[in-house]
Parts: sequence; structure tokens; C-alpha cells
Amino acid sequence: MRIVAENLTFTYNKKSKFAVDALKDVSLTIEEGSFFGIIGHTGSGKSTFIQHLNGIIPVSAGKLTVGDINLADKKKIVKKRYKELRSKVGMVFQYPEYQLFAETVFEDVAFGYRNFYPNSTQEEVKRAVFNALSMVGLVHDCINKSPLDLSGGQKRRVAIAGVLVSNPEVLVLDEPVAGLDPIGKNELMKMLHSLHGSGAVKTVIIVSHDMDEVCENCTDVAVFSEGKIVFSGKPKDVFRRSEEMNGLRLGVPVTGYLIDELKNIGVQIDSDFTREDFAKKIADYYKNIK
Amino acid sequence: MLSDVTFGQYYQADSFVHKMDPRVKILLLIAYIVMVFVAKTFLGLFATLIFLLVTVVASKVPIGSVLKSIKAILFLVVFTAILNICFYSPKNGDTHLFWVVYTEGLISAGFLALRLVSLVMGSAVLTLTTTPVSLTDGIESLLKPLSLVKFPVHDLALIMSIALRSIPTLANETERIINAQKARGAEFDSGNIIKKAKALIPVLIPLLISAFRRGDELGDAMDARCYSGSKVRTKYKKLTLTFRDLVATLVVAIAITGVIMLNAYDAQIMLMLAKIWG
Repeated sequence: MRIVAENLTFTYNKKSKFAVDALKDVSLTIEEGSFFGIIGHTGSGKSTFIQHLNGIIPVSAGKLTVGDINLADKKKIVKKRYKELRSKVGMVFQYPEYQLFAETVFEDVAFGYRNFYPNSTQEEVKRAVFNALSMVGLVHDCINKSPLDLSGGQKRRVAIAGVLVSNPEVLVLDEPVAGLDPIGKNELMKMLHSLHGSGAVKTVIIVSHDMDEVCENCTDVAVFSEGKIVFSGKPKDVFRRSEEMNGLRLGVPVTGYLIDELKNIGVQIDSDFTREDFAKKIADYYKNIK
Repeated sequence: MLSDVTFGQYYQADSFVHKMDPRVKILLLIAYIVMVFVAKTFLGLFATLIFLLVTVVASKVPIGSVLKSIKAILFLVVFTAILNICFYSPKNGDTHLFWVVYTEGLISAGFLALRLVSLVMGSAVLTLTTTPVSLTDGIESLLKPLSLVKFPVHDLALIMSIALRSIPTLANETERIINAQKARGAEFDSGNIIKKAKALIPVLIPLLISAFRRGDELGDAMDARCYSGSKVRTKYKKLTLTFRDLVATLVVAIAITGVIMLNAYDAQIMLMLAKIWG
């Protein structure tokens, strides 16, 4: 599903003295198959933007199409279409483990499936739940446990499975690794990669503050600031603007700082900012001067 | 949006009423309520409304905000008015209009509605001009005598202020959870009432869990700051009485006397007014 936003604008508390422009004329295309990173500070509008993608926030001004669904078309959008949209665009909110409620992991993961496919048989529900749990790398012996008895990382996986259970084509995650330890972060990102790589989820969109995470994982990025998109493109093109990125108080990946430092001492390294490529370029440089 | 729900809807302004001692404001509100109930005639009620208007002007709160408070009880007002009209027991000499409706019934329903409205508007002036914090401070101070009989006044006041403080936080949290469950295909506005109630379970359970978690964390944070509701605990903001409180009390006293007089001399005043208007 291709996502196209044109001049999307949104204001919170419209018509009151507390009105806040959360999105101003945002135009962005997210191609199917991309691993898209959305960067920006708290209050930059990124969460508002992603909540438009599955109709949690209705389009008030501008255009937005997700796949073949025109979200700006207020008349034709009926509830059925919203439901279909939400099953295809899975949304994992920040700290999703706080939304777990059922008595068992199985029931919690099944919640979404039963909502989207109310006429499904118990057998289909079971298959979908097992499938979703294996997608997030959880073993099946946890299905009868209470979700509250799991560890933090496991809870988050269960919550993500609860979104994956409807087989979404697009998976949107709002700061998926926030509050996890470094190993947990790595594992979760790896999991997202394998979901994306295997084609289980065609498009992944993550919201993040962490430039390294975005640089290592994303094929495309968009930088939000004060409700507008300031830069968008390939990570290597965006992170090349280290001065502007520092000006936005977002910064660049660690490799970006190293490249700047090297430039200061007269060593020109042209890398795409991923650690792997950076190491390769350094090695090449080292070989050349030898 | 849910987060728009604010308790107490405090209106920031720098005014005579805002600067008054919250204790005095609470006591004067009680006096005002008594005044509204003492008023037996429309004239008396109008007098209390004029007094209320003076207070609102002195508080610099836009009259619209005060009127907005009626919205919440509009249903109650209409409902009681209808009941009053329908179940009016006629006396001799009442004018029958149609069905069970009598002119006197309409008048008494109108009187009751006006009384309810003026009660709510009076309370609104208190909450509009007093922050929840100073309101609980005031209540705590007023309830202090009860601590003589081992009533935990301070704890009660603390619970109240924490509860007030938690309302916006929980409203935010509720909205977040609702959105998360909506994203998982939950619907909250369709189906019959049982279906709707059932749909709330996935919201209420996480909300309850997070409320407990927050409570736990707050407890720890208070512990870490060595909080104990001990008697030697001092206050950062001490409540003090000023000339404003004296003036306000006098005004209220005059108003109450006025209303009582109006009750007694209502007939004469009506006659006088009738004469003036010819």
C-alpha cells in the first residue's frame, strides 16, 4: 500500500485559545516496501501524522490516500472502510504493553483478529494467533499465561503480536524500542527487519528519536519539526546535513560525528552513515594510504 | 477530546474574588446557598441573582463561563421542572390551563428551576476563581477542628488534591488506550448498550492497572522525599484573612438581610412597584 499525503494540516483544539497547529501542509509519499523512519522531537507532529494513517485522527484539511482508500473523502468513508483500513495499517502505539487487558496472552492477541473478522472460526483464530506470536518470536507455551506475568520485553512483543494478528500490510510503530534495554532494542529491531525482509509486513514505518537506529534500519526518512517536514529522502542524504540536523537539536548518527571529526583533521570519508559501510570505507582509506 | 474535561475549570484572572481566602469563599458559598433557599419569592431570587452578578463582575470571569456551568445540569433542571408541572397539586382558586397544567404549577416550576440554576452558578463562581489546590487547602483548614476527634483531616485533603490532580492525567491515558484499542479494531459507538459496555472492558482494565501503577510510583516518590503527614508539617502558602474577606462577608451579610426583608415585605414592595408602573 502506497501512502500519499498532500498538504495535510491538522489543528488541535480548533477555535479555542489553546489551538495548536500540529501539522502544517505536510506532503509525503511512503512507497510500498520501504522501511520508513519518521524523526522529530516531541510535539513536532510525527505522532499526529501517523495517527492519520489509520483514521484515528480524521483528515480535516489536505489529502491523504492509503492504498486505494481516500481518507480525505468524508462522504464515502463509512465505518466499514475504517475497519478495513485499520486491519491493513497496523498501529503500535508508544508503550503498547499498557494496552494489554485480557486474562491470557492468547485472548489478548486474538482480540484484534476477532474484531476484524467477527465471523471467523475458533480454528482460524488459533492459526492467526500462533502465526502472530511466532512472527514476534514468542514461544507458544506462553499463550495461557497472564500477559501481566511476562517480562517488559515479552509484554511488548505480545502487544505487537496483537497488532500483527490481522496481517497488516503496513506496520506503524511509535517509538517501538523506548524503555527497552540495549539487547532488547537490538532484538526488537532485528525482529522488525525479519518481518520486513520476509514480506510478512510489506511496509514498516517507525517513529524515532534515535538517529543511529534510523540510520541502521531505514530505507527512507522524513524529519518533522514544528508540524512541518523539513527534510525527507534517503538517510545518507538527510544525515549529510549534519549542521542543520544539529540546529534542529536532533543530531546525526555517531558515524556522522566521526565523519565530521575526520574531516576536521583532513580525512575525507564518504559513507552512507551505516556502521558497516563506515567500517568498510575506513578500511579502504587505510589500505590506500598504505 | 477527553482531555478537554477539566474539573473545576479554573479561570485565571487577577481580581478581588480570586485573591480572597479560599476558606472565606467556601463559607460564603454556603451562606449564598442558604440565601437562595431562604428566598421565598421571585423578587428574593432576583435579588440573589443580582448579588451573584455583582460577584461575577468583581471576579472578572466572563459571564459566559459562569453560564456554561448550567449546561451540565440543564437536563436536571428541565426534568425537575416538568415533574413539578405534571405533579402540581392544585389548591382552591388555582387557574387550570389544560390537562394537569396550572398557572401556579408553572410558576412554582419556574421558581424551582431558577433556584437550581442560581445554586449551580454560585458554585461555579467558587470553582472558577479558586484553584483546586487552594480549594483543598481551604477545606483542610475548615475541617481542622475535626482532627480533635481523630478525624484524618490532612490525609483526606491530600487524597482530594491527588484525586483532582489525577483527573487530566487519567483522561489523557484513557484517550491513548481508546486509540490503541481502536487501532486493533475495537468499536465503541456501535451496538446496543450491553455491547457498548462490553467494549469498555479493554479500556477499563489497562486504565485500572495504570492507575495502580501510578499510585504506587507516586507513593514511592513521596516516600523518597520523606513525606509523612506529620503534625509538624508546615505550609508553603499560608492562608491569611485580609480586608477583602471582611468586605465580602459584610456584602454577603447585607445581601442575606436584604433577602429576608424581601420575604417579609414582598407584598408591600409589589404594591409599590405596581403603583410606580401605574
